[in-house]
Amino acid sequence: MAEKAPFDPFARADSYVGRTVSRAAANAAVAGRGRFTDDVVLPRMLHAAFLRSPYAHARIRSIEVEAARRQPGVALVMTGTDLKRICTGPWVGTLACFPGMKSAPQYPMAVDKACWAGEPVVLLVARTRAEAEDAAQLVDIAWEELPAVVDKHTALARDAPVIHAGLGDNLAFRRSIDTGEVEAAFASADVVVEETFEFGRHTGVSLEPRSVLAQYDKATGKLTIITSSQCPHMIQRVFAEMLGVPDHNVQIIAPDVGGSFGLKIHSYGDEVATVAAAMQLGRPVKFVADRLESFVSDIHARENAIKARIAVKRSGEILAFDLDVLSGAGAYSQYPRTSVFEANQILNITGGPYRHRHYRARATVVYLNKPPSSQYRAVGHPIGNAVGEHLVDQAAYRLGIDPIEMRRRNVFADDAYPAVSASGIKLKDLSHQRCLEVLVERMGYEALRQEQAHLRQRGIQRGIGIAAFIKGTSPGPLGYYGSGGAPISLQDACVIKLEPNGGVICAVGVTEQGQGTNTIMGQIAATTLGIPIEAVRVISGDTDAVPYGGGTFGSRAAAIGGEAVYQAARDLRAEILAIAGELLQAEPTALDIVDGVVVDAAGTRRLPLAEVGRICHFQLGELPSSLQPVLSHTRRFRLQEDLYIFANGVHGAYVEVDAETGFVRLIKHWVVEDCGRLINPQLADEQVRGGCVQGIGGALYEHLIYDAAGQLNTGSLVDYLVPMAAEMPDIDVAHVQTLSSVSELGAKGVGESGTGAAPAAVMNAVNDALRPFNARVTAQPITPESVLMALGRI
Amino acid sequence: MSEQTQPISLTVNGERFSRSVPVRQHLVDFLRTELGLTGTHLGCEHGVCGACSVRVDGALVRGCLLLAVQADGADVVTIEGLDATGEIADLQQAFVQRNALQCGFCTAGMLLAAAELLRAPARQTRAEIRRHLSGNFCRCTGYQSIIDAVAATLERRSEGGGGRG
Repeated sequence: MAEKAPFDPFARADSYVGRTVSRAAANAAVAGRGRFTDDVVLPRMLHAAFLRSPYAHARIRSIEVEAARRQPGVALVMTGTDLKRICTGPWVGTLACFPGMKSAPQYPMAVDKACWAGEPVVLLVARTRAEAEDAAQLVDIAWEELPAVVDKHTALARDAPVIHAGLGDNLAFRRSIDTGEVEAAFASADVVVEETFEFGRHTGVSLEPRSVLAQYDKATGKLTIITSSQCPHMIQRVFAEMLGVPDHNVQIIAPDVGGSFGLKIHSYGDEVATVAAAMQLGRPVKFVADRLESFVSDIHARENAIKARIAVKRSGEILAFDLDVLSGAGAYSQYPRTSVFEANQILNITGGPYRHRHYRARATVVYLNKPPSSQYRAVGHPIGNAVGEHLVDQAAYRLGIDPIEMRRRNVFADDAYPAVSASGIKLKDLSHQRCLEVLVERMGYEALRQEQAHLRQRGIQRGIGIAAFIKGTSPGPLGYYGSGGAPISLQDACVIKLEPNGGVICAVGVTEQGQGTNTIMGQIAATTLGIPIEAVRVISGDTDAVPYGGGTFGSRAAAIGGEAVYQAARDLRAEILAIAGELLQAEPTALDIVDGVVVDAAGTRRLPLAEVGRICHFQLGELPSSLQPVLSHTRRFRLQEDLYIFANGVHGAYVEVDAETGFVRLIKHWVVEDCGRLINPQLADEQVRGGCVQGIGGALYEHLIYDAAGQLNTGSLVDYLVPMAAEMPDIDVAHVQTLSSVSELGAKGVGESGTGAAPAAVMNAVNDALRPFNARVTAQPITPESVLMALGRI
Repeated sequence: MSEQTQPISLTVNGERFSRSVPVRQHLVDFLRTELGLTGTHLGCEHGVCGACSVRVDGALVRGCLLLAVQADGADVVTIEGLDATGEIADLQQAFVQRNALQCGFCTAGMLLAAAELLRAPARQTRAEIRRHLSGNFCRCTGYQSIIDAVAATLERRSEGGGGRG
C-alpha cells in the first residue's frame, strides 16, 4: 500500500534528483545577459579608488590630501584615521576555539602604519574611477619604511622585527596533536621516510574581481549593498557591526557572482571604506578591485613549510605520521574566520584515509608583512594530502609495494565506520576501498603501468600518481566558527511557498556562484513535492528575500541547504495533501502528488496544484473555517554532534616529464569520489573538474613570489600563471555514492574535492616519473627549474 | 586636470553611434558604460584573460587593449550582437547543455574566441581547440566542458555543411 511505504521521493522514477538538469542561469550567461555587481548602475553613483601602501611595512608620518580634494569630480577623500573615527572599533581576527591565538587590532584602512604592500591607506571617491585614480596621485604621504618580516622561517628569530609591538612577537598560533608513543612507533618501524616540503603562496583569482556597490538612505536608515559575496548574511553582520547600522537595516544583494572559491567569504577593509563613503555622502558608491590590486588585497593562502615523516612496517602497515607545519599568514589574522585554519586543517586531515594509530603534528602560524591569508578552496587539504600521499608513495617504493596495493593495505575498511582518525576526527559513511577499486578499473591501472615501463625503455619518462583523500565538508555549529564565536551561521534554511497558480517559490540562504546551487535546490524541491521543475523558482543571494543562513562555503550548500529544502518541501507537501484530503474527502496519507497533480492511491489525477493554490489564496470559502492554509514552510538544518560531513575519494594522475627541459605534461587525470547522494551528476562532475584544475594550477604554476623587501614580484596575470586550456588534461570523473547518515538527503560536499587532492596526485606522478633518476620534487609549484634541479641538471 | 575628449562614430552590433569619449577610455569601458553593453567583461585590463574579447572589423580583439578612439569608424560586434544574429546559436546551446560555463564571467570572451573557429568549420583535434582557446582564462570549469561544447558544435557543423543550428 502506498500509504505504508516510507516517503522516499528520490527513489521515484520521475525524480529530478540523480539526473542532469541544465542551469537556467546558463542561458542568460551565453547571451551576455548575466548581471554582475559592476553591471549595476544607480542614479548619482560615484566611484571609489584606493591609494595603497607601496611598502610592506612603513610608518605613516603624515598624509596631505588637500590637493586631491580640489580635483575635478572628487567628492570625498578619506584617510584611515578619518575612517577609524566613524568605525565602531577594530577587527580582531581571533576565535575562542583556537586557544592562545593572538592577533593585532585591524582597522579597514591603515592608520599609523601600513603592514603590507597593498594595504589600503586613502580612499578617493569621484564621478569616475579614472578621476578618483587621478586624485590619488596627488595625495602626498610621508612614509618611514620599516624592516619587513617576509620569510616565515625567520619570523620568530630573536632578532626578527616585530610587526605588531603589542603582540610581543610574530607568533599567531600554535597547535599540536599527539596520540602518544609516536617515538616508539618510529623506533619499531622497518622503514622511515622523512621529507621537507614547501608550498608557495596562492590567491583565488576569481575572474570577476571583488565588487561592491553601496547605497544609504538617510531618511530611513536603510543601507543596501550589492556585492559579489558568497555569504550575504555574514557580510551583513560585518558591515552592520563595523559601521554601527542595525543588522536588520542592512540589505545585502549578491547578484551574479563571477567566481569566488572562498576569496568572497571574507571581509575586506576597502569594502568597508566604500560603504562608509556611501553613508557619509548619501550617494551610491561603487568599488571594483582591478586585477593588480586584487593580487595585493584579495585573501592569500597555502604558504606552508612542512617537515614530515612516516613509519611503516615491512608488510606495508603504516604505524605513524609525524609532522611539523610552519604556516606563513599575513599581517593580520583575517576577521572573522582567522588565518590559522589552513594549518589547523593540515593537522586534521594529513594521513586521514589511513588506519595508523600514532600521530604527532605541530603547527606554528606566524605573521608576515603580506596580505592576510585565510580560507581558499579546500583549505589545508591540498597541502595535507600532498604531504601524506607523498610519504605513503615513497614508503611503498622503499618496500617494493605498488602504490595502489599500499593504499589497499592501509585505508579504513568501508564497513569500519564510524571510526576516528589518529588526528582525532570522526569519520562516517566513507568508501576508500570501493573508490580505489573503481579507480583501478577506470585508469586501466595495470595496462598503464605496462605502458609506462615500455615507454621508459624508449627514454620517455611518464609517471602515475595516486592520492587518496578525505575532505571535510559542511561544517557544523559545534565546530570552529560556532563555538569560536564568529558571527557566521552554521545552519541553513529554506522558505518554500505555494503560489496561487500552483507554482512554488523556494528561498534559500545558501548562495550561487555558478556551481548550480539554485538548480539543485530546484531539483530537490520539485522531486520532494512531485511537481515539474519548471514550476519551481529558487531565490538566493538577497538578505531581504531569503531566510538567515551561512551562505556557501566549505562545500556546504548541497548537504546543509539541500536538506533544509527537502524538509521544507516535505512539510509543504504534507499541508497540500491535508488540504486536498479535505477537498476530496480522502485520507491525506492515501494521496500523492505526481507531476503537479494530487493523485489518489490508484494513481487517478484528482486535483491540480493550481486548483489548491487558487482555492487557498482566493476562494477560502470553499474550505472549512477550521482550516487556515499557510502554504509557506520554513525549515532549518544543521549538523548535530559532527564537526564536518567528511567526503572521500581517490585521484590518479598520468604525466610525462621532459628530463631535458623539466617540463611536466599532464596526460590524463582521474577522480573517483564519494559525495553521497548525487543530485545532479553533470554539475557534480564539473565541480570536480574545475576543482582539479584549480589544484593543478597551484601544483604546477601559481606562485605569489615576494622579494626580501616584501614586494610582490608576480602581481599580474602575466607573472602569476594560472592554468589555461592548452596545458590542462581531460579529467575522468566517477562517483561512489555512500549516503551521509546525518541527513535524509544524504548529500556530502563536492566542490573542493578536486582542489584538495589533485596537487598530491600530480606531485606523486611527477616523482614516479623521476624515480629512475632517484630524484624527487617536494616543493609546489613544481616548476621546470625545480625539476631540473632535482635531476641535478642545473 | 580636465578630461580630454574626442568625438567618435562607430557601428556596434549593427547600430551607428556617435559619441564624445575620453581619449584614455578603453573600448570595453565605452561599450559598458556609454552603451550599456554589459555582456563584455573586464577580468584583468592587461590583455591576458580574454574576458573582454570583442570583434572589431571582423577580427577578435582584446577590448581592454584598444582605446575607444581607436575604434572610430570601426564595426564592433559584442556578445549581445552575436546572440541577436543567431550566428552562434548552436554553440550557445552546446555551452548550456554541456555546462561549459559556471559563473559565466569568461563566457562572452570564450564564445567570441570559439566563434572564430566556427567561421571556418573544419574538424579540429581537442588539442587544437585547447590551443585556440588558451588565451581565455576560465577559473571555474577546468576547460574540458568548453572543449567538449566547441568540439561537438564543430562536428555538427562540418557534418551539416556549415549550417548554423
